Amino acid sequence: MVVLGAPDADSSELYAETLIHGDPSWMGPLAGVQLGLPVYHIMEPAILSQISQTCRKEHLELMEMALDIEKITEGLNRARNSGK
Amino acid sequence: MDLKGKNIIIIGERDGIQGPAIAACVESAGAKPLLVQTQCFV
Repeated sequence: MVVLGAPDADSSELYAETLIHGDPSWMGPLAGVQLGLPVYHIMEPAILSQISQTCRKEHLELMEMALDIEKITEGLNRARNSGK
Repeated sequence: MDLKGKNIIIIGERDGIQGPAIAACVESAGAKPLLVQTQCFV
């Protein structure tokens, strides 16, 4: 599976779209290559809840305040659920 | 999605969360990082 650390919803969605359905711009080597990998963002509640409190505090706490986690999750759900 | 025992490809970003930070986090959840990268678009 793939875990992302992208800072915004658009780039997260683009990563996910590429890794699941293939390069949407049809420019890179993954054009038309549907890897179908499960893609998650490190800040998604389902992933975040499994991380130890010490690690979360040390590495993620600051960015947790800065990132729009809801929008990132929304974007990833869109990429995961789009049945292209 | 349960992380325990999973092999993980990590794509971090300089302006977001860096690869090694994500690796440390998923390891704490029992997963195994296979590839750790940090992208930089600056």
